[in-house]
Amino acid sequence: MKQRRTDRERRRAREFEAFAGGAGGRLLHTALLLTGDPAAAERLLTEALADTYARWDRLRGEDPYERARTELALRFARSARRYRRRPGGILGRLSPQERLVLVLRLHEGIAEEQTAAALGLPVERVRALCARAVAAVRSRPPAAVS
Amino acid sequence: MSSYDRKQDEVRRMLGASRPALPPGLTARAAGRGRRILRRRRRLRTAGWVLLALAVCAFCVWAALVRPWVASPAQTPPLVWDR
Repeated sequence: MKQRRTDRERRRAREFEAFAGGAGGRLLHTALLLTGDPAAAERLLTEALADTYARWDRLRGEDPYERARTELALRFARSARRYRRRPGGILGRLSPQERLVLVLRLHEGIAEEQTAAALGLPVERVRALCARAVAAVRSRPPAAVS
Repeated sequence: MSSYDRKQDEVRRMLGASRPALPPGLTARAAGRGRRILRRRRRLRTAGWVLLALAVCAFCVWAALVRPWVASPAQTPPLVWDR
């Protein structure tokens, strides 16, 4: 029993490490776009990855990347108030919700319906938020983009 | 391609411009945290089972002592109308 558990733990740690090593950079980029602050992005990603680790044995064929990304998005949405006044990054002028929708739709390439379902919003609202965010990002002067 | 699609493409390119490197200790930190979550959950589960077992034991002892299924003899004497 004890032996079986250690075996399982070792396998889980190995698989998780391989997954996080491969997907971590992309997820960190997503977290950085959302928070606009490297320290906050790392914290958010660490929490989302820890949750993914804790669920690893019960994923049952679910893609761990999608799991971690959903967890990241939901954690960001829940603590969005903390990120309201964070001027860093190219999305600094957007509200947390606009940032979230823009990043999930355009950066992660998730369909409108799936984004709406994941965030618990109507599809029309997601479409409107995305359109507003796109307009706001493009209206920035190019010099300030970098 | 509509102009809105073109605008979306432009924004997508802007978002993908810079790519941060993963800090070296982050994966290990997340794994350690995940392990702690699992340990805590396992401890809670164990505590729950122990509590359930104790409750069952206590109930059995109480039932054996009190025997609530045995009907107690009537305590009130039948009313007698003395007329």
